[in-house]
Amino acid sequence: MDNFEPKIIGFYCNWSSQMGIDSAGVEGASYPPNLRLIRVMCSGSVDPEVIIEAFKKGADGVVILGCHLGNCHYRNGNYNALRRYRLLQKTLEQFGLEKERLRLEWVSVAEGKRFAGLVGEITEELRRLGPLRQFS
Amino acid sequence: MGKLKFAIYWGAACGGCDVAVVDTHEKLLDIAAAADILFWPVALDFKYRDVEEMADKSIDVCLFSGAVRNSENEHIAKLLRQKSKVMVALGACAQLGGIPGLANEKRRQDILDFVYHGSPSTASQKGVYPQEITSVPEGKLKLPKFYDAVMTLDQVVEVDYYLPGCPPESARILEVVQAIVTGNLPPKGAVVGALDKALCDSCPRKREEKKVKVFYRPQEILFDPERCFLEQGLICLGPATRGGCSDPPRCIRSNMPCEGCYGPPPDVTDQGAKMLSAVSSIIDSQDPGQIEKIIDGIVDPLGTFYRFGLPASALRKKRFP
Repeated sequence: MDNFEPKIIGFYCNWSSQMGIDSAGVEGASYPPNLRLIRVMCSGSVDPEVIIEAFKKGADGVVILGCHLGNCHYRNGNYNALRRYRLLQKTLEQFGLEKERLRLEWVSVAEGKRFAGLVGEITEELRRLGPLRQFS
Repeated sequence: MGKLKFAIYWGAACGGCDVAVVDTHEKLLDIAAAADILFWPVALDFKYRDVEEMADKSIDVCLFSGAVRNSENEHIAKLLRQKSKVMVALGACAQLGGIPGLANEKRRQDILDFVYHGSPSTASQKGVYPQEITSVPEGKLKLPKFYDAVMTLDQVVEVDYYLPGCPPESARILEVVQAIVTGNLPPKGAVVGALDKALCDSCPRKREEKKVKVFYRPQEILFDPERCFLEQGLICLGPATRGGCSDPPRCIRSNMPCEGCYGPPPDVTDQGAKMLSAVSSIIDSQDPGQIEKIIDGIVDPLGTFYRFGLPASALRKKRFP
């Protein structure tokens, strides 16, 4: 288990978080390669079905990145993401998935370094939790 | 053309699907006129041996209700598949896992512990559990193996048609049997006896605006019998459930929210995920603390959103450390 490298799927929105992730690169911040990023238009457009599919297909963690509350490009998409995320997290806990495996984070244009730090923190947390047990 | 040959079987089931078959009332005689029933353990005295001795594919249609929970269910499912031309998953348990499928939230050992020792109404001797083989002076007694997880029928054998419901409406069973008798069969793998649209489409209730600040369970409030359940804070699985059980839907007509027994509409792979998405979209708050509180009002999301479909869902079973 010592050399377990978690697979993390990250859904990030096309607006604030996209630019935040971009600025991490511009600022020369580095983060672990465990995160596989998928761009979506809005954090509120990530269907719980897709998140569950990610876990089913072997993701050890999923992170959704959106604009800070009040800053959504579509006004309230991130509120939809927040409501859905909390209910999904509660449901996934009943499925035996630790709540740390699903994260929702707001990343602004100016938060490139914070984003890089966040990925490090999430990767560390998932290393500690170990791989997600698959159905056998 | 000779009479069609039918087999009707139950796996892990309550027998409600068999009752739904009997509930076709005098129409059952029409079925009997068009078909010979070769095997129906609930109603007629046949033995497994009788089925074993039949030639392969000699049964025209097998209606299989119930989930697959133990080795006996699996053995008979495979046997009937081998002997039948058409295999129909009858009812929610065979199609999706059904109510028995909720056991996938527990460990096998925890279930045995509770049933044989923990339950208050059981007088048990410590350490006594059912054994697959027990030796007695007369020989060896065998019991089926109790599996770790409940499975749907199509997780064990190939299924030709799915007839959903808990139980399927008798009128729908009859329509499907008539379609089979007249050779009017849909493409293989189809869900029959149900619509492609969600239940809400055929719901007669008034819909105004869905903004919910408190979720209730049906026993907690007196609710308006004319208005959409979701708008009143009652969780109704209509948006994530196939319509077509009856028109207007029976549960709705009886003032009960839909519980989702007809399974997900086409193109939905995970009924529970779709439903929780719908429910979270009607929460009327932008305050993280209040959202948390409103969601706390949904006591058992897994049991509510996956009530009939846990084994058929994407995750299938709880993960244990």
